[in-house]
Amino acid sequence: MIGLKINNIPVYVKEGSTLLEAARSIGIKIPTLCHLKGISELGACRVCVVEVKGMNTLVAACEYPVREGMEVFTNTPRVLNSRKTTIELILSDHRKDCLSCERNTNCELQRLSHKYDCDSHRFEGTPREFVYDDSTDYLIRDNSKCILCRRCIAVCRRQQGVGVIGANERGFATHVACPFDMKLVNTPCVGCGQCINVCPTGALQEKEEITRVQEALANPHKYVVVGYAPSVRAALAEAFDMPVGTNCQGKINTALRYLGFNKVFDVNASADFTIMEEAHELVERITRGGKLPMFTSCCPGWINYIRKNHPELLDNLSSCKSPQQMFGALVKHIFGKIEGIAPEDLFVVTVMPCTAKKGEKHRTFTDKYADVDAVITTRELSSMCKENGILLNELPDSEPDNPFGEYSGAGMIFGATGGVMEAALRTAASILDPDARFVPLEFAEVRGLAGVKSASYNIGGRTVNVAVVNGLNNVDEICSAVKRGESDYQFIEVMTCPGGCVMGGGQPIRATIVKHKTEIAAARAGVLYAADKSMYMRRSHDNHSLVKLYADYIGEPCGEEAHRLLHTRYQALPKYIKE
Amino acid sequence: MKGSTLPFDGTPEQEQALRLKLRELKTKEGALMPAMQFAQGLYGYLPYEVQSIIADELGVTLSEVYGVATFYSQFSLYPKGKYRIGICLGTACYVNGSQAIYDRLRQILGIDSGECTEDRLFSLDATRCVGCCGMAPVMTVNDDVYGRIKPDDVEKILDKYRRA
Repeated sequence: MIGLKINNIPVYVKEGSTLLEAARSIGIKIPTLCHLKGISELGACRVCVVEVKGMNTLVAACEYPVREGMEVFTNTPRVLNSRKTTIELILSDHRKDCLSCERNTNCELQRLSHKYDCDSHRFEGTPREFVYDDSTDYLIRDNSKCILCRRCIAVCRRQQGVGVIGANERGFATHVACPFDMKLVNTPCVGCGQCINVCPTGALQEKEEITRVQEALANPHKYVVVGYAPSVRAALAEAFDMPVGTNCQGKINTALRYLGFNKVFDVNASADFTIMEEAHELVERITRGGKLPMFTSCCPGWINYIRKNHPELLDNLSSCKSPQQMFGALVKHIFGKIEGIAPEDLFVVTVMPCTAKKGEKHRTFTDKYADVDAVITTRELSSMCKENGILLNELPDSEPDNPFGEYSGAGMIFGATGGVMEAALRTAASILDPDARFVPLEFAEVRGLAGVKSASYNIGGRTVNVAVVNGLNNVDEICSAVKRGESDYQFIEVMTCPGGCVMGGGQPIRATIVKHKTEIAAARAGVLYAADKSMYMRRSHDNHSLVKLYADYIGEPCGEEAHRLLHTRYQALPKYIKE
Repeated sequence: MKGSTLPFDGTPEQEQALRLKLRELKTKEGALMPAMQFAQGLYGYLPYEVQSIIADELGVTLSEVYGVATFYSQFSLYPKGKYRIGICLGTACYVNGSQAIYDRLRQILGIDSGECTEDRLFSLDATRCVGCCGMAPVMTVNDDVYGRIKPDDVEKILDKYRRA
């Protein structure tokens, strides 16, 4: 232990701790802007400066290690004045359209500026041209609000292992952009949106689709159907000041009806269809000597990644569409048939915890119709509710509509890392061993937040080796092993975002302080696992509505009609496209 | 997209030499800078194609390579011309009107500092002091030095090289 004094208060902390951590341990919060524990530790913004007795200059608390006998002061006039000036300098060339900014009231720069009583016009910065990139379907970069904290670079490169942005040039010309200032759409960006979730300001945001949804809702000739993903219910409540880990699915159903959607469905139901198809495909590959290991295909970030980085492995991908795309196909071609509504009159909206889903919506078509018409994120749903005066906290609960309102616990856990694997195993085990008296329901080994989880199960006399990749940064090693023929897995789940969809790039943006003190991933996943445990139906093939729809409209899983509606193919894509 | 729009004319021999060197450097700590210096020595500049090879062989992202390439002034994204023009914007030359000469050069050649003309005849660099302030303002073309020049002299000087 190291003993030091902070503001004359004795503190004892582990060797190697930073001054920031030491101060935090006694309840003193030193402000930060560029710091993101474990991901971005640069000491670049100088907002966290403190005074150390005997040192001439102020030091960055986020980086500076504790030393025995140190005397540190976190709030002297010199410190406060330095922080204030730093923030005012950052504000000097910041586009200050705060009133209409997406991040108004949820902006770290705004909070600090307010806290330190800054004059946002004290310095007038030299006007210059800023990168504005709206080339993709899912993301907008507006560097006129970028403060060069480099958190997005760190999260893209280190957390996600993608690395399509960096700090280009130097001095005043320094800016965050793609190499050669290419447009994002021409790079191997996977669309995960993790950069948005760590941006302290409004420089990064999703490409909004609220306008298109509202237009469809106002169009009397359109029948507008909505479905929301498992993870949305585990996080939307946070945008309405409810605690992390609050399940608000009943209120979401009501809110979506209040917004005017003709039908409110649950994507948990189409996740059950995904499992039916994926589990049958897996069993078929195992029993008939198909290409193994089979990779899951629900995560659009992973699909983008494999198409650009490991095209040799495309045959290993499950041919199943994602739950979102299956949802669209089922609504347009089965629900439409039941209700007598033509596919062109149906407008399918999904609410997703994910920005890559926006890019996915037009990737698959059934007949000539795009499966999904518009995708809004959990954040956008919260904005829509707020704009329409819908007080989520006060809404009564209600149930989703049928036939996609009934679902199993297996569909529910899709949102957590390992969830798709576990859901598929529940059904695959029943197919491989139909006579078993005891079929396991919980596969604890594939749960949790480790980067790679692997397990071996004996199912119907067969050993099935599985792996769950939690975060793209862990996937290259497994892909290389598969290419070398050294992998003995049969089934591998890959999720782009650490924690799975509950931690997707479309979820409510939390302040750094919340991220540092709350286990958000575990709390949100807890919502899904608790809901699963409380359910009577926990296996996808037990879903009555699903069984009936298969019998009446689809036929056999992985059959001809199932392939037409619920499966797809993948093409390789170039990593970069030179402009 | 930033960088040279001239067609890349690297040879297979150059690429082989670069890849060999990169595989040797890869095992060492801090390989990126020496790798880029070697590549620039080989090609004269660091276009997209060359930076992609470096990223690929060293297992770093293209954005890391590009970040370093645009941070240090020793690296260039543009090829150098047969005739490398330098115009001094150091203090003595600047107060004697070198900015006007620089502007005239940019206007005639249609390129900015660091760039190269499409026929690869001329490249232009705004430089710091070249060490002969007594002749300010100073312009250099390869090893030739032109002192006390006026904007109207520029066309005449360029012509000499065009005819050469």
